Amino acid sequence: MQNPTTYTAKDFATDQDVRWCPGCGDYSILKQMQSTMAEAGINKKDIVFVSGIGCSSRFPYYMDTYGIHSIHGRATAMASGLKAARPDLSVWVITGDGDSLSIGGNHLIHLLRRNFDLNVLLFNNEIYGLTKGQYSPTSPKGQVTKSTPMGSLDHPFNPQALALGADATFVARTMDRDPKHMREILAAGNAHKGTSLIEIYQNCNVFNDGAFEVFTDKATKAKSTITIREGEPMIYGADSEFGIRLNGMKAEVVSMNDCSADDLWIHDSSDRMKATILSRMFDNNALEGGLPRPFGILYQEDRFRYEDAMKAQLEHAISVKGDGDLDALIQGSHTWTVD
Amino acid sequence: MTKTTEKRKDVTILFAGDSGDGMQLTGSLFTDTNAHYGNDISTFPNFPAEIRAPQGTVAGVSGFKLHFASVDIFTPGDEVEVLVAMNAAALKANVSQLKKGGTIIANTAGFDKKNLRLAKYESDVSPLLDKTLDQFRVVEIDVTKMTKEALANSGLGTKDIDRCKNMFVLGFLLWMYNRSMETTQSFITEKFSKKPDIKDANLTVLKAGYYFGDTNETFTSRYEVESANLPSGEYRSIMGNQAAALGAIVAANKAGLELFYGSYPITPASDILHELARHKNYGVKTFQAEDEIAAICASIGASFGGSLGMTASSGPGIALKGEAMGLAVMLEIPLLIINVQRGGPSTGLPTKTEQSDLMQAMYGRNGEAPLVIVSASHPSDCFDAMVEAVRITVEHMIPAMFMSDGFIANGSEPWSFPKAADISSITPRWADPEKSLSDETYFPFRRNEKLVREWAIPGMENLQHRVGGLEKENETGNVSYDPDNHELMVKIRQEKVDLIANHIPAQEIAQGDESGSVLVLGWGSTYGAIRTAVRDLIKDGHKVSQAHVRYLNPFPKNLEELMSKFDRVLIPEINNGQLVHLINAKYGTGAVPFNKIQGMPFTSREIKEQIKELI
Repeated sequence: MQNPTTYTAKDFATDQDVRWCPGCGDYSILKQMQSTMAEAGINKKDIVFVSGIGCSSRFPYYMDTYGIHSIHGRATAMASGLKAARPDLSVWVITGDGDSLSIGGNHLIHLLRRNFDLNVLLFNNEIYGLTKGQYSPTSPKGQVTKSTPMGSLDHPFNPQALALGADATFVARTMDRDPKHMREILAAGNAHKGTSLIEIYQNCNVFNDGAFEVFTDKATKAKSTITIREGEPMIYGADSEFGIRLNGMKAEVVSMNDCSADDLWIHDSSDRMKATILSRMFDNNALEGGLPRPFGILYQEDRFRYEDAMKAQLEHAISVKGDGDLDALIQGSHTWTVD
Repeated sequence: MTKTTEKRKDVTILFAGDSGDGMQLTGSLFTDTNAHYGNDISTFPNFPAEIRAPQGTVAGVSGFKLHFASVDIFTPGDEVEVLVAMNAAALKANVSQLKKGGTIIANTAGFDKKNLRLAKYESDVSPLLDKTLDQFRVVEIDVTKMTKEALANSGLGTKDIDRCKNMFVLGFLLWMYNRSMETTQSFITEKFSKKPDIKDANLTVLKAGYYFGDTNETFTSRYEVESANLPSGEYRSIMGNQAAALGAIVAANKAGLELFYGSYPITPASDILHELARHKNYGVKTFQAEDEIAAICASIGASFGGSLGMTASSGPGIALKGEAMGLAVMLEIPLLIINVQRGGPSTGLPTKTEQSDLMQAMYGRNGEAPLVIVSASHPSDCFDAMVEAVRITVEHMIPAMFMSDGFIANGSEPWSFPKAADISSITPRWADPEKSLSDETYFPFRRNEKLVREWAIPGMENLQHRVGGLEKENETGNVSYDPDNHELMVKIRQEKVDLIANHIPAQEIAQGDESGSVLVLGWGSTYGAIRTAVRDLIKDGHKVSQAHVRYLNPFPKNLEELMSKFDRVLIPEINNGQLVHLINAKYGTGAVPFNKIQGMPFTSREIKEQIKELI
């Protein structure tokens, strides 16, 4: 047996050929995940990857851990039962925007409120890839796809706001094109005790190429994104020339020529109200003057985990009633004898 | 005036009233008392789908039927001898079940003009007063008024007082059947220990009802049903859902597994969840999921982690679980699915019984996804059938469905319960981190002679593997689109079920000779009615036999041969003909269907008549 502290990313690769399209953002996520697991030093035998259906959901086949490739939308439910049964395991849910926000939307919100200690990697590419290009619940209104030749009519979901609305205890956003940031967030999610919802912007170069280009392209990235860090003022831009200030409950962009860092919004991930404001920084960044899209941990809190509470109830029941005796159970409280 | 006591072999009483009148409680307390007197008992609650349907209407009538006897009985009785009618609607809904010369105990307060109108009686004249009930003996008691009078000084409000009136009826019946009030008194004392005024009120009214019978000169005779000649031993009373829950806990324990029960509330399966949730000190983990799909998926997740995953529902919920069941068939892991059937299709008749989900159990999944089906035939049989179902799902690494229905789920009977030590252990086929590797490779879908794969769970060193719903290569479990492999895997999954026939008991004849004129073949909750009908016909000299099938997929190996010894095979079912279809399709038996689809169980008389047609 290999000592988990000596793992490298390669130790997590399987003998299966990776079958995503060349150029897919999933490759980057797989690589960062393998690196993160190597660094985490958890024994491979104690790790389970659970996925639903979709391109991203092939992920477990490529991780040399235990894994379930389940059915569409249900990975979150499957993982809940697994974690309830086996609190000792490190459980990772791999899901996409269709899998977790459309067909599996119900299970996602219930997982978040129950707060099982597991991690959800939500690969958001704003499209259905495996079924060859229909709009998804995160596609912007008006998006032209195979199923919406005249443009989508749906108002899109904002996954960060949705997660906060479901009382998630760890809400973060990262992207496939920023491996370093992604590893940082994956490690933070792993360390968090409770359900970590990690949304990853992931480019589908076949059916929705460039959906996040404004956040990744050198020309626009600096102005349209902000990396938020705990305790740090909100400064962004190629030359750190912009800042964000809170004017009451309203976030506004200021020029650092007119302001000092002391005037700015200092990120506090324990503040639910401010996290809500951050999650609503969801402007269409193609437009001039919009707020940048935040990347990082928007919100984090320590709240009881379902599996811990479940275990406590069982222990309490045993302390009050004693270890279950099968004959007492079968017999019940009232019996009579026939001679 | 002296009161005489008449002996009776068996009595069927139907307690009927508004769904808020407490008839279910009255019935079950009277049942408990009779059980303690050693009667054989069978009960059948029958209530509306609405929790509080409009008061006074026929739709809102809740009934509890109780058959108790000094002889062996197997059904809650065909015809009713005593009908307790708390109001006009209760009478109207149930009077057709009352046999000629039967007794009606009527609460006259429930027969005022308003109640008559709500019950849609055409005339203003109470049926208690016109001639329509001449063929019955009518006992009129103003239960409402007497309850009020008994509690005049209690200080309780009208509402609380009115809630006690069922205890008056119960007290009266305890007197009428020569029973002590003790069992009921201790129940009341325990239940209302924290509400002393309610406790005292119920005890007062109970006694008032009892003494009313004793002192009132209208009632000159009491009845007595002597204890039944049940096999000696220790007994308890048990309901089907309760027995299923206890069976699940015991079976999980016998397999050395933690029980994980994922469930979403649905009638009539919820009581299993309630029962299991009470037994956390047995290590039972109950999880009330957000929906039916999550319930089964969480259970699959738990099984993947090495627990015994179990989920329950009724028809509509089972439909929702279909895709996940298919996944469990593909994963080849233990999973127990309980279907407490009710009237369908769609929402159907939620509180009524039916056997209409057999085809759903057999075929209700996409692709060809066979699983094991085990059915229970009477309330206490839910325990044994559950242990058997768990044994198969665990030892054969295949999902199993346990079938019961609303009739046996809510029905109760005395149970000569087993000792835990007498139940044989269940042996999972665990993988072994040392021995399961060949050349450092693990083959998660390598099989033994039963085609059963090993159960490797997270935490087992070096056995990391991935499973999923995509077709997989045999042995390696890798995703495979190979045409020949797919055909092989579909055949293997079927053969795996077929081979289980080698590991279940042979079908037995329940009563009668091994050959003859008619074999009545049943499954599930028709057991009691068939048993009574066949017993009576055998007594009359007919060559009739009964066989009741517990294992529905696969069928016992000898079933075809067993049926071939009879001129005719009759298959009574509470559906439009499902087992009969499976039997005739598989064996070409030419079995004759007999169907009732009224949300109600067969009476033994109905079955007897039908058998006579075939003799």
